[in-house]
Amino acid sequence: MRLFEGKINYKNILIHTILIIVCILSLVPFLWLLSTALKGRSENIFAYPPIFIPRDFTFDNFIQVLKLVPIVKYVVNSFIVAFSTVVLNVILSALAAYPLARMDFKGKKVAFFAILATIMVPFQTIMLPVYIITLKLHLIDSYSDTMGYLGLILPFAVNAFGIFLMRQAFMAIPKEIEESAIVDGCNSFQIFSKLLLPMVKPTIALLAIFTFIGSWGEFLWPSIVLTNEQLFTLPVGINNLSSAFSADYRLIAAGSIVSIIPIIIFFLALQKYFIQGSNDGAVKG
Amino acid sequence: MDMKKSIGAYLFLLPAGIVLLLFFFIPFFQTIHLSFFDYSNDVYRPSFVGFENYITLIKSPLFLKTILNTFYFLILCVPFLVIFPLFLAILINQNIRFKNAYKILIYLPVVVSIVVVAIAFKWLYAPSGLLNFFFEKMGFGSIGWLSDPKVSMISVALVTIFKGVGYYMMIYLSALMSVPKELYEAADVDGIVGFKKHMAITIPHLMPMIALVSTISSISALKVFVEIYVMTRGGPLDSTKTIVYYIYEKAFENLDMGIASAGAVILLLIVMGFSMLNIFVFEKDKYRV
Repeated sequence: MRLFEGKINYKNILIHTILIIVCILSLVPFLWLLSTALKGRSENIFAYPPIFIPRDFTFDNFIQVLKLVPIVKYVVNSFIVAFSTVVLNVILSALAAYPLARMDFKGKKVAFFAILATIMVPFQTIMLPVYIITLKLHLIDSYSDTMGYLGLILPFAVNAFGIFLMRQAFMAIPKEIEESAIVDGCNSFQIFSKLLLPMVKPTIALLAIFTFIGSWGEFLWPSIVLTNEQLFTLPVGINNLSSAFSADYRLIAAGSIVSIIPIIIFFLALQKYFIQGSNDGAVKG
Repeated sequence: MDMKKSIGAYLFLLPAGIVLLLFFFIPFFQTIHLSFFDYSNDVYRPSFVGFENYITLIKSPLFLKTILNTFYFLILCVPFLVIFPLFLAILINQNIRFKNAYKILIYLPVVVSIVVVAIAFKWLYAPSGLLNFFFEKMGFGSIGWLSDPKVSMISVALVTIFKGVGYYMMIYLSALMSVPKELYEAADVDGIVGFKKHMAITIPHLMPMIALVSTISSISALKVFVEIYVMTRGGPLDSTKTIVYYIYEKAFENLDMGIASAGAVILLLIVMGFSMLNIFVFEKDKYRV
């Protein structure tokens, strides 16, 4: 028995070693960026051999980049866009999922397969006409800030993944619960909003969190529609740092580090959802 | 099925329906429509050209190169993204300490915007950057991570892999929870241990998930764009120019909307094979009427 235990421990040491190496690897790119951001003017950031702990330690680069670039404004913009996208996704997905899960109606199959078909078509293949329509609807920042925000939000207000995620959650609720409510004289909207919606809260949380992360990191669409720097979201603004400070990686690094702080806080605060919740439903292609 | 009930259902579907109509269905048909027109002479007066844009693309060495590049990229990252996260998930799923800390740290790159990840890697890849320091130390000499056309796609794929490992690991971890514990106990009784135990039980059980991860990661590989846009802009010598990058360039830089749309339709046909496999085979329970 003792021998057996010893073997297990030996095996665990190997497992821990591998996992620690992988963890270090997933931090190194960010830590190296942080180290560069903390190095002062007098320090060579291309030093050979590389210096990990800054000798000329300073927060100047952070102060500089915050002064030169409206990063706080980018954060606010990203937040407005991500938050609105989340709210719309939760509401529209839940509304659309309910009849697909619970009602019989004419054309249900058509609606079902139409939504399913959207999964097969990547945004990248339709982005040009989406852009044309967005222009035609004046949903761009040259009209007004509000229209600019709407142009970032509306094309992503709902998607098939969210609808099917909510549909699965509704389908898991026993039919009897609904039937008793019908007997009590509730109409279908009351059943939906007062009875079923509260029961699928965990799925709503999941949808909200993953939509938030997705929207927060989105680059392609904002980079196409945005023209006004005051409306830049974080990824667009951070990408722009490279052209603004072409040679100065200290500032680019400092800006990048600042930009990831909010999402890392968000992630750490809600980590239990990521750890339990990255399940089948949240899988996106 | 009375009409009143149907109307109720339509009202529920209406808001999502409007959004999907405006930003999905109309653009979808417009992509196909645009692909039959020539915009290269005059953006405001396109002329109908039938399948000519498609023929132009198929004959274009650059477009064929972007298709080959895209599949090269896919082959570089998909096998790794299917196997390595599975390996990590099995390791973490053992009853070990610091489980959650490992999960959080490995998942971290998933939540950080790909733009920042690409910037961080661009810095690691710098000619006298951190990676080249280690490579020189090990005697491999300095490598042109983003400047050597032979290496550049591998460098891009590494970024995609870095960003994706945690995501697929979590998918496998949730699937691992559904493997019945009794099976492992039975294996213990039979004296099957360690690596063999996983080959006999875990892998067969996770086969549907492995298939799903293969198709999901393939689809996202076919759509790769941001890493390339931030790090190489398709260069050097078009060595990292992928289909989406080509479409983007044609649509938004050259304003050649006909060619861009034909390229988009071709990409769509390629992606559709993978996604139909997903919907009708691997996830058919989820997408049943």
